[in-house]
Amino acid sequence: MLAMNYRGPFRVRAQQKPLPEIQHPEDVIVKVDRACICGSDLHIYHGLVPDTRVGTTFGHEFIGEVVEKGADVNKLNIGDRILVPFNISCGRCAFCKQGLYSNCHESNPEATAAGGIFGYSHTCGGFDGGQAEYARVPYGEVGPMVIPPDIHPDDAVLLTDVFPTGYQAAEMGGIKKGDTVVVFGAGPIGIMAARCAWFFGAARVIVIDRIEYRLEFARNFSHCEAYNFESLEDPVLFIKKTTGYFGADVCIDAVGCEAAGSALQWITGRVLMMQAGSATALHWAINSVKKGGIVSIVGVYGPTDNLVPIGNVVNKGITIRADQCSVKRLLPKLIHHIREGYIEPRQIISHHIPLKEVSDAYHIFSAKLDNCIKTVLIP
Amino acid sequence: MENTSNNYQNIPGWGVDTDPNDNPNYPIKNYNGDDHQRLDWTRPPLQPVTVEILESVEQARMPAVFGTKLPPSGVSGMLRRYAFKYDESEYGHWLNLLLADRINVVEGILHDLSHFRIPNIFAEKGMKADWKYNRKELVTKIIVATAVTTAIVFWLKKKDRKSG
Repeated sequence: MLAMNYRGPFRVRAQQKPLPEIQHPEDVIVKVDRACICGSDLHIYHGLVPDTRVGTTFGHEFIGEVVEKGADVNKLNIGDRILVPFNISCGRCAFCKQGLYSNCHESNPEATAAGGIFGYSHTCGGFDGGQAEYARVPYGEVGPMVIPPDIHPDDAVLLTDVFPTGYQAAEMGGIKKGDTVVVFGAGPIGIMAARCAWFFGAARVIVIDRIEYRLEFARNFSHCEAYNFESLEDPVLFIKKTTGYFGADVCIDAVGCEAAGSALQWITGRVLMMQAGSATALHWAINSVKKGGIVSIVGVYGPTDNLVPIGNVVNKGITIRADQCSVKRLLPKLIHHIREGYIEPRQIISHHIPLKEVSDAYHIFSAKLDNCIKTVLIP
Repeated sequence: MENTSNNYQNIPGWGVDTDPNDNPNYPIKNYNGDDHQRLDWTRPPLQPVTVEILESVEQARMPAVFGTKLPPSGVSGMLRRYAFKYDESEYGHWLNLLLADRINVVEGILHDLSHFRIPNIFAEKGMKADWKYNRKELVTKIIVATAVTTAIVFWLKKKDRKSG
């Protein structure tokens, strides 16, 4: 089968690989219909996530058709079209049973800090991902869901990660009616988080980034204010001033380890790799939020350390909430929101690209060429 | 585009999730006390171990499922095995893994060559997309790289002539 194949930082190609096989009685094999490239895929594409082995197939956002199933799979049938949450979750461990599907303890031997994730390095379990013609999906009956016939396939594929993650970013912020919410990052997750902040009753939503076309997209899709931090002398001071020198009620870090905006962070985090990426967005979030405010983190960071103003967290009494999204928990609600017309996630898709052109697809997304917002690969 | 009025209340979906009874706004967890049972839950069937799987020393037991692609091999594999002697809070774990990743890139190129495949690194880096969407910058990069290379070669030849 044709599959995306990682060859090293900034190098991927489409290559033939053996078909996946059932290895566990609860596995299903999926013929992939479409798979997104996620912003967090860029962190592994850029070589920032430890234990990313050459030959890995990325892809944790995909939908497809069940073509084979293990002996213990009863609820899914051959031919079912399913969406596959990016978390691999057993549904039985103490964490899954409490709704923390992203923290499953039965899907990742290589690390205890993260649950299993499709195609996201051996640090997240060593599973091949869905940027391929076929994929093995463990715990087929737990995470995956049959796609309702009224849900568009492009909306379905965005329900595997980007929409739920954006929603959870806003949800973790504990937004109250009338709140001012600042989202750092106008990538797909940031755009989605800003859009979802309104669901919780925000009165003002501000997005900060430096890519002008993405800021423009955020203004239109997310109905928010959007500012280029390169044109602001100091984004933290700007937020203080625009909130009456009070600070935002909620700040969301939707950037993670590749944030621009600070030479010190960039050099120590990206060039010298002395910290787990550049934590500029988190730094700004902590310093921009009000005293007693909430910082919600969905940006992805590496597993070592980062330079953040933890003293200000203490002195300001900030609550930090963070997690990989528990997709399964949110699916019923988010499907309802699509059906009600509150949101049409597929509007953020800017590119559909054949899987055989995966090298170009990654470069377009990574280098932000052709006004790229979100890329979908078609096997 | 600042919202100075209540226009935001007309945004589709505004306020639909403000009902405090509708959800836990703070999804730390739906606590049910299972944490105190520790690892004592009914486990799924266990996937047979058919290849070498490196396991965190912080794991009490092998999880029920895992990926079997790309078991550790070669020099990078030796380094990965060494890294897994350290726990997840040690630099010795993560930095050795990052080093192994870089070594693995060289192993990947050697693997290609040993299978009579010359990796097209320019294509793998998506240069075709650069040519299509970012031609001006790509051409500038090529001109600068060519000029710098020519200057270095010229300087080295001149140096050779002087020393000869």
